[in-house]
Amino acid sequence: MNIIVLMKQVPDTAEVRIDPVSNTLVREGVPSIINPFDENAIEEGIRLVEKHGGRCTVLTMGPPQAEEALRRALAMGADEAVHVCGREFAGADTWATSYTLAQAIRQLGEFDLIICGKQTFEGDTAQVGPGVAEQLGIAQATYAIEVQIEGRKMRVKRVLEDRYETLEVRLPALISVVKQINEPRHPRLKNVMAAKKKPITVWGVDDLDARPNLIGLAGSPTSVVRIFAPERHHKGEIIEGETPVVVDKLIEKLRQLEAV
Amino acid sequence: MAIVVDAPKCTGCMLCVRACPYEGIVVEEKVPRLTDTCTYCAACVSACKVEALRQERPPKEETDTSLYRGLWVVAEHDDQRLAPVTRELLGEARRLTADLAEPVSLVLIGHNVEELIPAAAAAGADRVYLVQHEVLKDYRTGPYTDVLCGLIEDRKPEIVLFGATAQGRDFAPRCASRLVAGLTADCTGLGIDVERRLLIQTRPAFGGNIMATILTEHARPQMATVRPKVMRPIPPREGVAPEIIEIAVHLDERAVITKVLEVARQERHTVNLADAEIIVSGGRGLKKPENFDLVFDLADALGAAVGASRATVDAGWIPAYHQVGQTGTTVQPKIYVACGISGAIQHLAGMQTSDVIIAINDDPEAPIFKVATYGIIGDLFEVIPALTEAIRRQRQ
Amino acid sequence: MAVDFAFTQDQQDIFAAIKEFCDEELAPKAKETDERGDFPWETVRQVAEMDLMGIPVPEEYGGMGMDFLTWTVAAEYLSTACTTTGAVFGAHMLALYPIMAYGTDEQKAKYLPALATGEKIGAFGLTEPNAGSDQSTIATRAERDGDDYVLNGTKIFITNGGEAEIYVIIATVGQRLGVRGLTAFIVEKGTPGFEFGKNEKKMAYKSLSNRELIFDDCRVPAGNMLLTEKRGFRVAMGTLGVGRIGMAIGAVGLAQAALDAAVPYSKTRVQYGQTIENFQAIQFMIADMATEIQAARLLSYQAAWMKDQGLEFEKVAAMAKLYASEACSRVTSKAVQIHGGYGYTAEFPVERYFREAKLFEIVEGTSEIQRLVIANRVLKEYADKKR
Repeated sequence: MNIIVLMKQVPDTAEVRIDPVSNTLVREGVPSIINPFDENAIEEGIRLVEKHGGRCTVLTMGPPQAEEALRRALAMGADEAVHVCGREFAGADTWATSYTLAQAIRQLGEFDLIICGKQTFEGDTAQVGPGVAEQLGIAQATYAIEVQIEGRKMRVKRVLEDRYETLEVRLPALISVVKQINEPRHPRLKNVMAAKKKPITVWGVDDLDARPNLIGLAGSPTSVVRIFAPERHHKGEIIEGETPVVVDKLIEKLRQLEAV
Repeated sequence: MAIVVDAPKCTGCMLCVRACPYEGIVVEEKVPRLTDTCTYCAACVSACKVEALRQERPPKEETDTSLYRGLWVVAEHDDQRLAPVTRELLGEARRLTADLAEPVSLVLIGHNVEELIPAAAAAGADRVYLVQHEVLKDYRTGPYTDVLCGLIEDRKPEIVLFGATAQGRDFAPRCASRLVAGLTADCTGLGIDVERRLLIQTRPAFGGNIMATILTEHARPQMATVRPKVMRPIPPREGVAPEIIEIAVHLDERAVITKVLEVARQERHTVNLADAEIIVSGGRGLKKPENFDLVFDLADALGAAVGASRATVDAGWIPAYHQVGQTGTTVQPKIYVACGISGAIQHLAGMQTSDVIIAINDDPEAPIFKVATYGIIGDLFEVIPALTEAIRRQRQ
Repeated sequence: MAVDFAFTQDQQDIFAAIKEFCDEELAPKAKETDERGDFPWETVRQVAEMDLMGIPVPEEYGGMGMDFLTWTVAAEYLSTACTTTGAVFGAHMLALYPIMAYGTDEQKAKYLPALATGEKIGAFGLTEPNAGSDQSTIATRAERDGDDYVLNGTKIFITNGGEAEIYVIIATVGQRLGVRGLTAFIVEKGTPGFEFGKNEKKMAYKSLSNRELIFDDCRVPAGNMLLTEKRGFRVAMGTLGVGRIGMAIGAVGLAQAALDAAVPYSKTRVQYGQTIENFQAIQFMIADMATEIQAARLLSYQAAWMKDQGLEFEKVAAMAKLYASEACSRVTSKAVQIHGGYGYTAEFPVERYFREAKLFEIVEGTSEIQRLVIANRVLKEYADKKR
């Protein structure tokens, strides 16, 4: 079973702040991490290979620094890593990213399953998974919380807003996984050491069969034209005093709101 | 080059460097330089006060955008009724169409769904594209994508809106990928550039820490998913008869490789957060998981749903389906009670449109107070039990 | 030789992995691990799965083939995150180390892989009811009988006792020979005549196992003897040397946990209209705590490094053990003090740290014994100089 996991290195958004004075993003000292949902994707890929045999290859598109994230995926237990890297790919929106990753996957050859996280922490779009599946013309099952494979058939339990849906999908297919699907492992020391010796395949624009007008900024139908800090409005009323006084005032407010 | 540097204008103020989320720009001796990690996201361009940075887009193969007209909303429904987000989108589409002078169309795909048409008309649809087939009974990516893409290629709308729901986020990118259309996810604001007939799409990024305005300048249609509970539906229109265009499709179940085997309601320990009128949420100020009992007690007294901050969910204090915020559920209740929640920006992004926000926190500097309608600066371990008790007395 | 305090890239990568594991897996459940009162198999298994149990064991025996200093830093992180798990980790090394250092190839091949992977846990049996610091009074007898030795006697307070499967036992082939009669054996759990007595109730470490080992005509094959007859003192001393490093770094780890609790608390606790971190009295305590921890850490690292270099490390190990354990008591006491009344309650971890700290001043040679060892060496150095 050949599994390809799509992953991305992202800034840890929990640490990103807006400078109240300049109203700009402060990212100083914000660490780069593997997109958390992608850790679940890697974990699922490794588990499926442990169970069914085969190889788990991690694939990312990103700047040279993304090698760090690939190393971690290898330390978790991925067998191979492929890094699509080059300035030509920069500025890609989800369409161009999907196209580029799909071309890289084609180049990797036969595969049975592609796994990605349900969305990234930075963009939150959840668009690249379905985009890749469409480019490759394979079935998709997003928001997977449980996966079972038997032969060429896969059963996927999906978690939707208010319900679970179980799909039967024929392989090859793509799934995007939610956090609850598994608990990503910590890289064990032997794998940390072994990962340092594993080669990472780097593909630049010349290594891929990708049309220049479909990658990077040129291949992106959408463009960001402005970035700004979210508005903060509101002028609230502060209720102070001893607890009984505060509670009385709150009850009064709740009564006005017809909540009590 | 996508970001053009006009070095003489640079004052060396470093705002661009601080604004960049990717360490993609450095300024050396008042000369900005882009590094390998630049993604051309243009955060620096927005930050620059002296126009030393400019965004430049490579020339595009022009699509004849004049061939594309009309504003479409893709319906989501459960056979019985239209999803709230569809009514919200129709409401928003009505507002947008004032600038476009085009009818608002609803694409209604399913099986035996004609009875939803009056509701669609009341919510703002002038026209309904009705696509019915038994293969289309449940949403499935494959056949739905085939149907919608066929319809879009045939009728050429300029704008197509989806709800940013599990379904919409599965469906829209698949279509955009096939159609080579621009798609912007999770929009919280939409507008129209009348002159260029462009959809101005605003969405949060970086967990709601920044907002981005996004355009699809050349590709068509311009597609967007829109967050539920952000747009407002219009007051129901009465006596409007929409134009109904039935689209015949030829589908064969045997050709569909994906089967729905089972659908099960999720067991929920609380009412659905997204639909709750009152929500009581707990944050790290509760200090430990057991103290969520205080939140549950207050919620019980108020008949409210229980929410939680990402920090408490990440710490494993409470299951993820309680999470309110950018990566959790976006909520817009009548009353939102935040207990011991400091108000990380990603949390605020998910609840700040609540009608009334009551915040209880012992830190007067907590950002939650900036959005709170009523702020209680105090010890939640005292205030919450006392409040719960008082509400219970009121109820008796 | 140049002094170089930098860790290699391999070490840094390994430490980062261990730190992440400790922070995310061990620390969040440390309180529960302590209070449950059962041997912490869950965390011990996790530590084993992380490949931590055999850090200094050669790769051919299933270990990481890294040095003692690396093991020492790992022990520090474990102790900071969960002192109980750290103690199991330290005691495990007391069986693993003598087999690795003094075992024959057969003994290593038989016992090291299971210990290195943590599939089996080890323990070291030295202390007896009447023999603690003074090992010349060890009374557990080993009598040769054909191809076996027959063991009789009782060990007490043995950490990991009952849970461990592989024990290194120091017995005597003749009590009147004093330490020159001591002989070391590898004894497996389940050997007939080898039983476990009661688990001690202690001031802290509720979940740690400290039991009696009872030998009643327990037959151990002669092939399980480490080195030869009457060379058990060397095994005991060598093992205790490593044990001292383990105890020293355990104390450093615990003291660090106390500082990690106290400083953030001082930044949130408000008195007289400001956080108490602003008060000089608190700042002085924090300064002393941080300084003592760093000094203790450097002594511990140096002892481990000297061992790795094949240098005589007993004196520095004794210094590290003495200083770190006493510093740990002072640091944890100050951490309670900074917390004030809350620090005395079980709501905060510092009262547990305070109780846990005391152990380090007692086990693997009390502070008094360490002072004797150090004084003995120092006096000898000067005696040598006079000559």
